[in-house]
Amino acid sequence: MAFAVQLNKTGAPRTRRRPAHTGIAWLFLAPFAVIFVVFSAIPIISSLAISVTDMRSADLQTPFGVNFAGLENYVALVSDGNFVRAILNTLLFVVIGVPVTMAVGFALALVLNSGIRRFRSVFRGLFYAPVVTNIVSVALIWQYAFNQNGTVNEVLANLGFAGPNWLGDENLAMPVVILLGIWRNFGTAMLLFLAGLQSVPEDVQEAAALDGAGPWRRLWSMTIPLIMPTTLLVSVLLSVFFLQVFDEPYLLTNGGPLGSTESMALFTYHQFGFGNFGVSSAASFILLLIVAAVSALQFRLLRSRS
Amino acid sequence: MTSRLRPAVLYAALIVLALVTILPFIWVISGSLRTTSDIQANPGAWLPSEVTLDNFARLFSRNGFSTFLGNSVIVAIVIVIGNIIAASMAGFALAKLEFRGKRVAFAAVLIALMVPFSATFVPQFVVTVQLGLVDTLAGIALPSLVLPISIFIMRQFAASIPDELLEAARIDGANEVRIFFQIFLPLAGPAVATVTIMSFLASWNNFIWPLIVAQSADSYTLPVGLAAMSQAAQNVTDYGLVLAGAVIVMLPVLVLFLFLQRYFVQGIVSTGLK
Repeated sequence: MAFAVQLNKTGAPRTRRRPAHTGIAWLFLAPFAVIFVVFSAIPIISSLAISVTDMRSADLQTPFGVNFAGLENYVALVSDGNFVRAILNTLLFVVIGVPVTMAVGFALALVLNSGIRRFRSVFRGLFYAPVVTNIVSVALIWQYAFNQNGTVNEVLANLGFAGPNWLGDENLAMPVVILLGIWRNFGTAMLLFLAGLQSVPEDVQEAAALDGAGPWRRLWSMTIPLIMPTTLLVSVLLSVFFLQVFDEPYLLTNGGPLGSTESMALFTYHQFGFGNFGVSSAASFILLLIVAAVSALQFRLLRSRS
Repeated sequence: MTSRLRPAVLYAALIVLALVTILPFIWVISGSLRTTSDIQANPGAWLPSEVTLDNFARLFSRNGFSTFLGNSVIVAIVIVIGNIIAASMAGFALAKLEFRGKRVAFAAVLIALMVPFSATFVPQFVVTVQLGLVDTLAGIALPSLVLPISIFIMRQFAASIPDELLEAARIDGANEVRIFFQIFLPLAGPAVATVTIMSFLASWNNFIWPLIVAQSADSYTLPVGLAAMSQAAQNVTDYGLVLAGAVIVMLPVLVLFLFLQRYFVQGIVSTGLK
């Protein structure tokens, strides 16, 4: 043992100070590096480049023959009512979707972490199942259930209400689409909060209980401040998900009726479908900036508070 | 804790919430077992008036559906194998080797992880066109061949292996390739399982990218084919057929999840990501 340690002492600095493995390490990293350059690095740079050109789908075979358009695409977007609406819709997704998803996830994590011993992993599995489920399948049943004659309206009819055509109504489609987003994501929030709650030491809780702090008091003054890092992580993750929301509106309403559920990501996709690659890239670059800004802002806010 | 009432109330609340959560699953399965006339007569009913497997039989006799299923399986196998090989190599290098450009490599993994897909899919499509891979399964699989989340899982696992173990092998004259194959990989079973599940999930459920790359029904994956079928079905309202398709799409993942929940949980919690 002593011999090995001694060898280690003379051997280790040689490998540590002079990076001895540069060649072999990059060989190990080669597959990732190739995929990263082709499908991340080049696209990120060219996304910005395409956004200042007039590229259309007809230019696909000759992408270097397009014309420089300056900020034309950006100017056109800002004055495009549909794009502004897509921004507002996306913000609505975030402002409603993120807090509700977090609240549901946190409440479930609290319940699963307190007093529940039996069937805990069964419940955890049931609540997490929506996250792993294929969104196309679920969107189908969502459409079916919120149909004019669907299951939801059947329930409402039994209660004596005449149900509306949810997804065909300009004001009601959005809540249904957001609900699908919440249903699909609260399991992630629950799981992360559960991991956070399990790191709150139990003896501290018990000491506070002995000192006469009730359960609400302990929740408010101890648990919530202690899991602030988890809260930060969950809020950033969910904001980034909801900012990029695409599947839910695409599958349920394709952005309709009358653009009432069109998100920024869906707008980008539609412009791409129309062949307006330049406009599409400009829109997606604006989305990228918003995602980066929101992440940075949330980190600062929560860091200064805790 | 204080009384016997509290756990009872908690369990009751949990059961109700769990039922609400899985309602969509119940509706999908019950709808897929109903006859077309039953669906048309009582669209809002919760349970089939008579149980039939006719929708599944029609689904598989239909042109195309087995192609979608086959495509999804092929793409998933390629992506899972690619992730196991490439991510274990990358994760090992990032955690256990000292090399020039290590920080750059790590930054690249972070960038790949954080840049939103919607911000890069147009140039990704342009690249795919340039490579001549539009409307091919290769084009669908290629960008997901090494997922950053797989590298994270592998790197985290590799970091947990004691340096002394590798150092001892180095002293015995083993090079890094041998250490990777003879020491790291044999220990990496649980991490490989997590990577397998996470990358299978990513591949099986991926929707936007296959939707963009697959231009003809021959290269549709299951979710894309199902979405196309349902758009066609909105005119003919053959919901039973579409819901049977929905069951086939979600079943493999739910069965895997049922048996391997802990690996899913590990994958999520260890990286904080989907």
